[in-house]
Amino acid sequence: MTDPLFEFLCRMGDNTLVLGHRVSEWCGVAPVLEEDIALANTALDLIGQTTLWLNLAGEVEGKSRDADALAFRRDVWEFRNVLLVEQPNGDFGQTMMRQFLFDLWHKGMLTALQDSSHDQIAAIAEKSLKEVTYHLERTTDTVIGLGDGTDESHARMQKALDRLYPFVGEMFVADDVDGAMVAHGIAPDPAHLRPEFDATLDEVLSNATLVKPDSEFAHKGGKSGQRHSEHLGHMLSQMQWLQRAYPDATW
Amino acid sequence: MYAQMIKSTGKGVKSLDEMEPEERAFQERINAGGKIEPKDWMPDGYRKTLIRQIGQHAHSEIVGQLPEGNWITRAPTLERKAILLAKVQDEAGHGLYLYCAAETLGVSRDQLTRDLLSGKMKYSSIFNYPTLTWADMGAVGWLVDGAAIMNQVPLQRTSYGPYARAMVRICKEESFHQRQGFDIMMKMANGTEAQRKMAQDALNRFWYPSLMMFGPSDKDSVHSAQSMAWKIKMNTNDELRQKFVDQTAPQAAYLGLTIPDEHLEWNEERGHYDFSEPDWDEFFDVLQGNGPCSVDRMEARNKAWDEGRWVREGLLAHAEKKRARKMAAE
Amino acid sequence: MSSPESGSYDATEAAPHGKPRATEWPLWEVFIRGQHGLSHRHVGSLHAADAESAIKNARDVYTRRNEGVSIWVVEAAAIAASSPEEKGPLYEPSNDKVYRHPTFFNIPDDVGAM
Repeated sequence: MTDPLFEFLCRMGDNTLVLGHRVSEWCGVAPVLEEDIALANTALDLIGQTTLWLNLAGEVEGKSRDADALAFRRDVWEFRNVLLVEQPNGDFGQTMMRQFLFDLWHKGMLTALQDSSHDQIAAIAEKSLKEVTYHLERTTDTVIGLGDGTDESHARMQKALDRLYPFVGEMFVADDVDGAMVAHGIAPDPAHLRPEFDATLDEVLSNATLVKPDSEFAHKGGKSGQRHSEHLGHMLSQMQWLQRAYPDATW
Repeated sequence: MYAQMIKSTGKGVKSLDEMEPEERAFQERINAGGKIEPKDWMPDGYRKTLIRQIGQHAHSEIVGQLPEGNWITRAPTLERKAILLAKVQDEAGHGLYLYCAAETLGVSRDQLTRDLLSGKMKYSSIFNYPTLTWADMGAVGWLVDGAAIMNQVPLQRTSYGPYARAMVRICKEESFHQRQGFDIMMKMANGTEAQRKMAQDALNRFWYPSLMMFGPSDKDSVHSAQSMAWKIKMNTNDELRQKFVDQTAPQAAYLGLTIPDEHLEWNEERGHYDFSEPDWDEFFDVLQGNGPCSVDRMEARNKAWDEGRWVREGLLAHAEKKRARKMAAE
Repeated sequence: MSSPESGSYDATEAAPHGKPRATEWPLWEVFIRGQHGLSHRHVGSLHAADAESAIKNARDVYTRRNEGVSIWVVEAAAIAASSPEEKGPLYEPSNDKVYRHPTFFNIPDDVGAM
């Protein structure tokens, strides 16, 4: 097994890398100028966080790979992001629902990571938490606003929730990597984050007049890297193209 | 420029003696370097011309997001991606500031948007050209933003207060745009053989379209004379184009790239570079909607607007419900 | 300062003063107090469905996320303003617009040819 700390850092960094990329796809085509600008800020925050996590991962790995080498030169099976963040943007409602579900998990995770025994991780978490707290405020308002808005916006948000809810469970499933992180006091057991997540989720969905799907079925395979969705490969083929096509160039 | 070929309304510039007292006071204030503010009296032609000019400028920022947005998901490093995204985001912000300035003249942003989407209002010709390689991100920053800055810096002194203030804010944020473009060009020009080729190819494709941004010669134009008297146009198109060539030619030499103009040459006597005019037939074709990407750009803007409608309506409906609930509770 | 309402551009756009049109978010004026203790200063305008989102949009548009700034937003329609060129009383009792038009504005047909 590879170093669990490296794995864990790749999980954190790949989540923000993949989601930041997805959000950046909205630049220039959002429903209204103010949202266009806000989405770009979210994407910029996530790209910044990616640099911190993946540089640290490269450092821990000790094979002189930096954040760019990890982001642009790994293939699908080496990515460790949860399946939720690689789901396509869909309409604006699906993008916002995906962001909200991730933000809610992300905030809980980062809050716990502030107390990490690993100083650099605690520092990254502290910086990221400020940004993510704001992301969550914004997506909470948007999910409630669109859920409660018109018949059409309500229907679209319910559809987005139904589409994405099966990807929620994976964020809370603990495996050996998580076990090693807990043992060293580096990161929390993700399962412990679930009750607070559920409480807030229920409250927001109630305000949004949306109904949580009955089934707790959860797709898995992203954070372990065992089985990503087809979407990730297409994203990487675009994101990594220049680095792959001109491997001897610097940019 | 971002606002090309804006026809001012009016039949030639009146002398102060020909003006009614109100207009005379208005013109004297402009002549003295004063600002016109939204509540002030202004000639109808001034208002209409400004709406067209500011509106077209705003549209250019918004449509201008697209050719660069085209490369955000393919940027070669995390840092380049962040810089490009921040830059395209700035353009959205600049569009927003400009629409707000236009709104002080009594037109809504939605209406301006609809006029863009219907083709009634135009945007700068330059954004109808494709961005084909990463070097184009360099060329756009270096040449297109470089040309835009030539126009925008003097517009900070324009007579209409809200427009001038928007331009001050825009120029402050714009300062990094041209530099990031030139930085990409330097990296490419000093890079591998393939990167050098890309850089030269980008310059070849963007040189003449950049010169077109200033619009055709307007030294004899009645419309330009009126706009200059109103201080909503600060320089002639030819002045700005010459300034741009004079600034850019040495930069290209620094990069070791060749400007695609065999007549480009320093003229000692004039103290300026001589250069070839762009193909003005092509320019008019582009303005008529026959640019290489004209249809794509309009489709993209229309799609974003149409698909965003439910979001705008949904959030507004929620705000109204919230207000009603609050009132019912009081 | 931006207009409290978007003036009539053509007949179908008309709406009672102060009421946003059916699909357009109201206009808000944004005031920001920076870290150095100076008073709130007008920085610009934006559109938002309500006050809460106006504050958030202001944060995204006008501060690009600087921490430690205080933001005020006020619906543009709620602002009363003096008219700088008027002689006589500073405030007109009935003045409820930030701007005033000499005429109603119509976009001319030749706009397409600019």
